Amino acid sequence: MPANDRVVFENVSKFYGDVLGVNKVNLSIPPGITSLVGPNGSGKTTLMNLMSGLIRPSRGRITVLGIRTDQPDELFRYLGYCTQFDSFPKGFTGYQFVYSYLRLYGCAHGEAEELTWKAIERVGMMDAARRKIAGYSKGMRQRIKLAQSTCHGPSVLVLDEPLNGLDPLVRAETIALFRTLAEDGMHIIISSHILHEVDAISDQVILLSNGYVVAEGKIAGVRSEMQDHPMQILIRCNRPQELAAKVFAQESVVEAQIHKDGLGLLVKTRDANRFYLMLNHIAQNGVSIESVAPADDDVNSVYDYLIGSEEPQK
Amino acid sequence: MNPLWIVQTLAVLRLELRKTFFSKRGFWIYLLALAPVVLFTGHSLLEMKNHRVCDFGQDTNIFATVFQIFFIRLGVFFGCVGIFMNLFRGEVLDKSLHYYFLAPIRREVLLVGKFLAGLLATIVIFTSSAMLQFIGMYLHHGWNVVSDYLGSGNGLSHLIAYLGVTVLACIGYGSVFLASGVAFRNPLIPAGVILVWESINSFLPAILQKFSVIYYLKSLCPIQIDPHAGSFFSLLSINADPMPAYIAVPGLILLAVAVLVLASFQVRRMEINYATE
Ligand SMILES: Nc1ncnc2c1ncn2[C@@H]1O[C@H](COP(=O)(O)OP(=O)(O)OP(=O)(O)O)[C@@H](O)[C@H]1O
Ligand SMILES: [Mg+2]
Repeated sequence: MPANDRVVFENVSKFYGDVLGVNKVNLSIPPGITSLVGPNGSGKTTLMNLMSGLIRPSRGRITVLGIRTDQPDELFRYLGYCTQFDSFPKGFTGYQFVYSYLRLYGCAHGEAEELTWKAIERVGMMDAARRKIAGYSKGMRQRIKLAQSTCHGPSVLVLDEPLNGLDPLVRAETIALFRTLAEDGMHIIISSHILHEVDAISDQVILLSNGYVVAEGKIAGVRSEMQDHPMQILIRCNRPQELAAKVFAQESVVEAQIHKDGLGLLVKTRDANRFYLMLNHIAQNGVSIESVAPADDDVNSVYDYLIGSEEPQK
Repeated sequence: MNPLWIVQTLAVLRLELRKTFFSKRGFWIYLLALAPVVLFTGHSLLEMKNHRVCDFGQDTNIFATVFQIFFIRLGVFFGCVGIFMNLFRGEVLDKSLHYYFLAPIRREVLLVGKFLAGLLATIVIFTSSAMLQFIGMYLHHGWNVVSDYLGSGNGLSHLIAYLGVTVLACIGYGSVFLASGVAFRNPLIPAGVILVWESINSFLPAILQKFSVIYYLKSLCPIQIDPHAGSFFSLLSINADPMPAYIAVPGLILLAVAVLVLASFQVRRMEINYATE
């Protein structure tokens, strides 16, 4: 029996050679729906591969319900993983893909057959089950992977961008399926690079950026955490002193500093969107602004995802 | 009810057999196994057409030489390269290895299942080949001569020895190439190195000789090749101190097991990093 009901990362880092995958991650994920959100390359897949033992951490420790991830024979009794890999054993039909997995699990033929049809039915793939996966559409491949990862009734379900390639109807059905599974006390960990795709169904959200967990918690909490976290913006302009004076009058601005080279202004603000709007206003009044760029890219990009703002005007 | 690991090994075996027997990539292995059969049968048919019969003893020596020099050292050798090296390597290239790694199955069990699948395929292919070669070689001598050889002569024990050596060669080379398919990215380099290592075996110090497959197989071949036959190849197969079977057979199996244990450590540490391949 599992020792606890958490997926725990303790100070976990993963480097691919010199490339950073994720760094110093500390998490304790409770049951329910948890979303890992972050832009491409932020480390979502890396975290999920670590969770399932497909890769080993360079540092730190991971346990899933108290089970170490280097014990696949134990781990996958409780964990199902729908990967982002879009490759399948050669020549398999959808049915074989699920059925063979259950045989590897240790099921006898009859039981495996029964569970296979159940899982395939759950994702609405009955008609295509006997066809070769090689001829499936992206959405069908996604669904057969989902069937495979849930066929053995895991208590932790890890899904790497499971909504990718699904049409709106199937997407809604799939989300409803996740809800049902989560209500039964399952862990469902979903990754996505679009926050509003998952925020409505998530019990909690983990925001990733460039390999770091930048925010974590209930969705409302994460939003305000992002608002509280001041953002740095570098403005290149001809008269930074003059600009500084004007900028400081704004209540959302926390700090304004002349850049070391004297040719720009470094501003910290709590509300980037308002600040950008205001800046346009100032620019019309004499100061000529060359460029505006976020000084800490991570937070900015994640912020954009979160708030769903349009491109900042430059 | 069988223990779980046996059930799982059989499940792996079933999935792998389709690949080890019927992969398009491995088509040439059948040709490799068929080549000496065609050679010997062709020879027999030619003699029969010309109403000639070769010297029986000479044919037996030719069979022994081709078996040791071509069939085992090249045929079974490269057959095992083709089949065993792809057990893990091929799945990394196809990006399908994660399917196994995501099942609740110990990596050691996966390795055993895959090894058995490779073994079954190579044993079936190459013992059939050895059998057919034997038939092909003696075809033109007529049934009476052959049945004498099998019945009252030592033909049967020779045949059994050849088949046994073939099986052991599959075990030995199979384990070695399974391991190198796990450890190396480019299979040709270890295959080349091992080929050279096996070829120079007779010239190595005694202690090093034991770390090769051919060392054990040589002693088990029923007819030792005459080193004074003068050809370059016969030099390769000098067997200065032949071992009795009761040492050679367990020796080879022990070697194979040791290699597989090393490979299983490697498989346990394997990561799925298709992106960097
Ligand atoms: N096998 C690998 N070798 C080298 N670098 C890698 C490897 N896998 C991932 N990375 C790097 O690690 C970082 C995190 O990648 P990861 O795949 O986890 O991101 P992601 O959030 O899943 O992105 P996406 O939204 O594109 O799926 C990236 O910088 C990526 O380039
Ligand atoms: Mg990813």
